[in-house]
Amino acid sequence: MIINHPLLGPRDAQEFTYLGDAALIERPDGQAEDAARQFYEYLYLRDNPAGKHRELWFHEQGDRSWLVVTRDTLTHEITKVELARDVARARGRGK
Amino acid sequence: MRYSGFKVIKEALTGHRGWKPAWRDPAPQSEYDVIIIGGGGHGLATAYYLAKEFGGKRIAVLEKGWIGGGNVGRNTTIIRSNYLLDGNEPFYEFSLKLWEGLEQDFNYNAMVSQRGILNLIHTDAQRDAFTRRGNAMILNGADAELLSVEQIRKRYPFLNFNDARFPIKGGLAQHRGGTVRHDAVAWGYARGADQRGVDIIQNCEVTGFRIESGVCKGVETSRGFIAAKKVGCAVAGSSGRLMAKAGMRLPIESHVLQAFVSEGLKPVLPGVITFGAGHFYCSQSDKGGLVFGGDIDGYNSYAQRGNLPVVEDVAEGGMALFPGLGRVRLLRMWGGIMDMSMDGSPIIDRTHIGGLYFNGGWCYGGFKATPASGWCFAHLLARDAPHPVATAYRFDRFERGRMIDEKGVGAQPNLH
Repeated sequence: MIINHPLLGPRDAQEFTYLGDAALIERPDGQAEDAARQFYEYLYLRDNPAGKHRELWFHEQGDRSWLVVTRDTLTHEITKVELARDVARARGRGK
Repeated sequence: MRYSGFKVIKEALTGHRGWKPAWRDPAPQSEYDVIIIGGGGHGLATAYYLAKEFGGKRIAVLEKGWIGGGNVGRNTTIIRSNYLLDGNEPFYEFSLKLWEGLEQDFNYNAMVSQRGILNLIHTDAQRDAFTRRGNAMILNGADAELLSVEQIRKRYPFLNFNDARFPIKGGLAQHRGGTVRHDAVAWGYARGADQRGVDIIQNCEVTGFRIESGVCKGVETSRGFIAAKKVGCAVAGSSGRLMAKAGMRLPIESHVLQAFVSEGLKPVLPGVITFGAGHFYCSQSDKGGLVFGGDIDGYNSYAQRGNLPVVEDVAEGGMALFPGLGRVRLLRMWGGIMDMSMDGSPIIDRTHIGGLYFNGGWCYGGFKATPASGWCFAHLLARDAPHPVATAYRFDRFERGRMIDEKGVGAQPNLH
């Protein structure tokens, strides 16, 4: 697989490590009433779709940026690559 | 029809005209006591033991394609019970004992071959860990023996003992481990279940669950609605896809694992060997091909095919351990889809929906578990209580912090 890095251009997927579903960006509020339940779901439960999947890849052997890659789990086709930083900021996260 | 040596000779002399199909091809009835979704090894074993050991009646196995077409037909056929943790080892030892009596039990030649499995040791720390594991196995009634380099050299003289980086320092052997003819497992269970009245319905895809007031009343299928008092799901690899139809999210990701077969060779590898410094395991099939594999690719996939970097990694592992492989040509490679669970261990449990039961999360170790998985799932379906060796395989162990994590790597499915 080739991941088209937004800053560096096409890179071999071997340069990256895989974390999982991009929903992991949405860390729950630790002060919430049901924080234990939310963290259980955040840490352990997955949608695991067959088809389009947004997921986190880390450019470990490159510029060490986190990417949100939209990839089809049935064909491995990559349709979109974003910087995870931009995705988090677009959702109102500070850093 | 019972199979026997006498029967084979008689048929050979009469032109093989007396053989009948090994199982029927029934149309689905409108209602069953128990429906098992998934005609793979685990689903068929569940139906077989449910009918044979637990007096189950009116049972159907629903299969989307043909039986045995999923992971039971796409694995590296190894059986063993060399686990460390209390939640796992009694279960896998129960499974190995069932393998030992399986062919007589279901009157089918599954070619169970207890040729032994050897996990190689390359460092002092690994020797400590394997000693501990061997002791845990013995405490649970399994067999384990720590072998010296000389003992290993006698049986496997062609291994690379003096590799500069990963010299072989010893090995943990389980002599009762081995290999089984994987397709025959599915066929044997299917035939045994069919003979006991189980309807095996192929080309019947489950498209949804009918759930009323929190109770599962049956399944919608490509061949119409089928009512059932209990529904058991055994579709590892596609668990996420199936259970989403019941509105459930699982502690599971689907990943692709590749495996390989070489061209046929004369007998060279007497048992199963695993490389302790990388991830590589290998055995030789009775047809002569070397069957081997390594790590999962490491990203979510339902594609049943992987990518080349893992092929290279597996080949490197093989060459480091077994340099003679270098001139062997690869015949086939394939990918299977694994339910990778959050702690690397399976789930056999009720769901929060009444009458709906789940069996999955087998990671890439489901084949060896087939008999015990079937037996324990049948126990759960018949008695609504877990079998004593499967009490740890609960859904709520993640929420309660009671993980069964053999490697201790945490909630990261691609590392198990």
